[in-house]
Amino acid sequence: MIPEFEKFKGFSAKNLPKEEPLASGHRACQGCGEVLALRMVMKALGKDVIVCSATGCMEIITSPYPQSAWKVPWIHVAFENAASVASGVEAARNVLRRKGKIPKKHVDILAVGGDGATGDIGLQWISGAFERGHDFLYVCLDNEAYMNTGVQRSGCTPYGAMTTTSPPGTQSFGQVTWKKNVPAIMVAHGIPYVATASPAYFLDLMNKVKKAALVKGPAYVHIYSPCPTGWGSAGERSVEFSKLAVSTRVFPLYEVIEGRYVLSRKITKPKPVEEYLKGQRRFRHLTEEQIAYIQNRVNADYDKIVRLSEMT
Amino acid sequence: MAKRAGIEVSIAVAEAARAANVDVVPAYPITPQTHIVEHLSEVVANGELDAEFIPVESEHAAMSCCCGAAAAGARTFTATSSQGLSLMSEILFIPGPMRLPIVMVVANRALSAPISIWNDHQDIMAQRDIGWIQTFAENGQEAFDLVLHAYRVSEDRRVSLPAIVNIDGFTLSHVIEPIELLSQEEVTNYLPPFRPRYRLDPRKPISMGPVGMPEVYTEAKVAHDEALKASKKVIVQGWKEFADLFGRQYNPVETYRAEDAELLLVTMGSISETAMTAVDGMREKGGRVGLVRIRLWRPFPGPEFRKAVGKAQVLAVIDRCLPPGAVCGPVGEELRSLFYKVPGAPKIFSFVAGLGGRDVTVERFGEIVEKAGAYAKKRPKELYEVIGVREK
Repeated sequence: MIPEFEKFKGFSAKNLPKEEPLASGHRACQGCGEVLALRMVMKALGKDVIVCSATGCMEIITSPYPQSAWKVPWIHVAFENAASVASGVEAARNVLRRKGKIPKKHVDILAVGGDGATGDIGLQWISGAFERGHDFLYVCLDNEAYMNTGVQRSGCTPYGAMTTTSPPGTQSFGQVTWKKNVPAIMVAHGIPYVATASPAYFLDLMNKVKKAALVKGPAYVHIYSPCPTGWGSAGERSVEFSKLAVSTRVFPLYEVIEGRYVLSRKITKPKPVEEYLKGQRRFRHLTEEQIAYIQNRVNADYDKIVRLSEMT
Repeated sequence: MAKRAGIEVSIAVAEAARAANVDVVPAYPITPQTHIVEHLSEVVANGELDAEFIPVESEHAAMSCCCGAAAAGARTFTATSSQGLSLMSEILFIPGPMRLPIVMVVANRALSAPISIWNDHQDIMAQRDIGWIQTFAENGQEAFDLVLHAYRVSEDRRVSLPAIVNIDGFTLSHVIEPIELLSQEEVTNYLPPFRPRYRLDPRKPISMGPVGMPEVYTEAKVAHDEALKASKKVIVQGWKEFADLFGRQYNPVETYRAEDAELLLVTMGSISETAMTAVDGMREKGGRVGLVRIRLWRPFPGPEFRKAVGKAQVLAVIDRCLPPGAVCGPVGEELRSLFYKVPGAPKIFSFVAGLGGRDVTVERFGEIVEKAGAYAKKRPKELYEVIGVREK
């Protein structure tokens, strides 16, 4: 058990922080599930935090100079390097505290990026920071494509999905590869805490983010983030899709605490994946066979997580 | 004042960073820079320097860490070369406009392909426009002094810009030279502690690195350009105070036997010392030849350079960089622009020499002077010439 978790009682509907370190009035699309997740992340972390942002939707919608939605210190340097910037901030604060140049008080350091910034272009920077053991948390807000640049496929785009660089055509059916298992890559670094979360389960999300902040050393939270603009889904259904992704086992919620997998929500009676896929334009072209393939592979992936949780 | 002692220039550079009491050193190995960060990692390991040494996974990460550390208020140092500098390139353009006073030493080395670990200036010239203060050291003493000066200037609130000190790979980085290392007391006297104007601090939150829409982008770039240009005054002042304290005077542009010279060689970096020997030889034979050495490359000291040239009629500019398909080398280009339509401007001839570790010898300088002299009488066909190309 991680000692830092013992004192943490967890968030509940009764003790939700009133503070909003991420202010409203930013420029996100209507129904954006990513900014909803980010707001919850910031509510969980509070004001004693330094945010290092990757380039991406959340960066541009919150910081068009001279406006800023950030009530906490925030820095953006480039696309792929948020984990490195966070490493520098953490190291700086360690030495400046030692030298008595800044207050002793602990401040959380959050690096945040989308699925492209995390699983594709920024993987090396995160890997380096995790391997070196910096005390920070990395949050990936996964909307399953490069939305900021106009919905191009990423390694996290799900199988079959239509994007502007994985279009279905006479020779193709959309994304031809299976979604990269980024949390597993992070687990492989042997860091103390990895979790997946969904904005539909906001208390679970906030508790995981808080735990990731509390734990000493690197921690990683991978958050499902619906994108109505990129997915061709109705803005008012973002939370519904966040729930469906969990209840169909498409996006299982779990924690990996010091290497031990713990299922956050066991889905004993899963809904068919078809219920999740329909209503999203990105999956509209899929055939019955392709949906059957997705169903089988979703089941297999989920079973793997269950087996992992039973092993430890 | 301390005595001069034989020391490897890389170690002296690292000692300058140690004496500056740097807080964070993100570093990645690359030849010929490695001795610098190896030594820093050693002094941190031995407790002789209280700093965070971050053994990053790439140079891109090194510069990214530097940005984060400097933004958090730490005095930051790193060093790199060649491919490493190129890998950093994306990030190198960022701390300037963000006004982060990072100091970096570049042990200059050729760029691939073909891969070469040896010295020239192609690495830094490919990063010419990153908006950092850039100086070139001629010898080991200067390398040590320039690092301390770089912190002094960069962190000055009138400047708040990153700075690069260029030292020639191997020909400077790996040689043992007699160098006077200043005592800790002397360094502390010259270099005040870093007091950043802005830092990432939850007590006073700010947003750093926001989006620049078309309404503000131009103004942000102009502000950076103006800050870099205005830094020259502080740079010169920093050198003057250095001279007052330690007796070594540095200037943006230096001359050697240039007073009555008709022809001036123009150099940057360690080949300047060979050039001086060459000038001595030519003077002995009665040639009216002198030398202008550029120490401050960015911001470019235009008026100082024009003054240094005086009434000389011919400039033989030596670039240690060959930009394929260009009009000529970057220093040649800079000077041609500087003197364009200036009344009484000298004729400028551009030479490329010393690529990928090829020595630029006294004889080569003789050849350059001879050619420039001939071209002054009869205009050459090409706008630049590569010196010492083997026929076979």
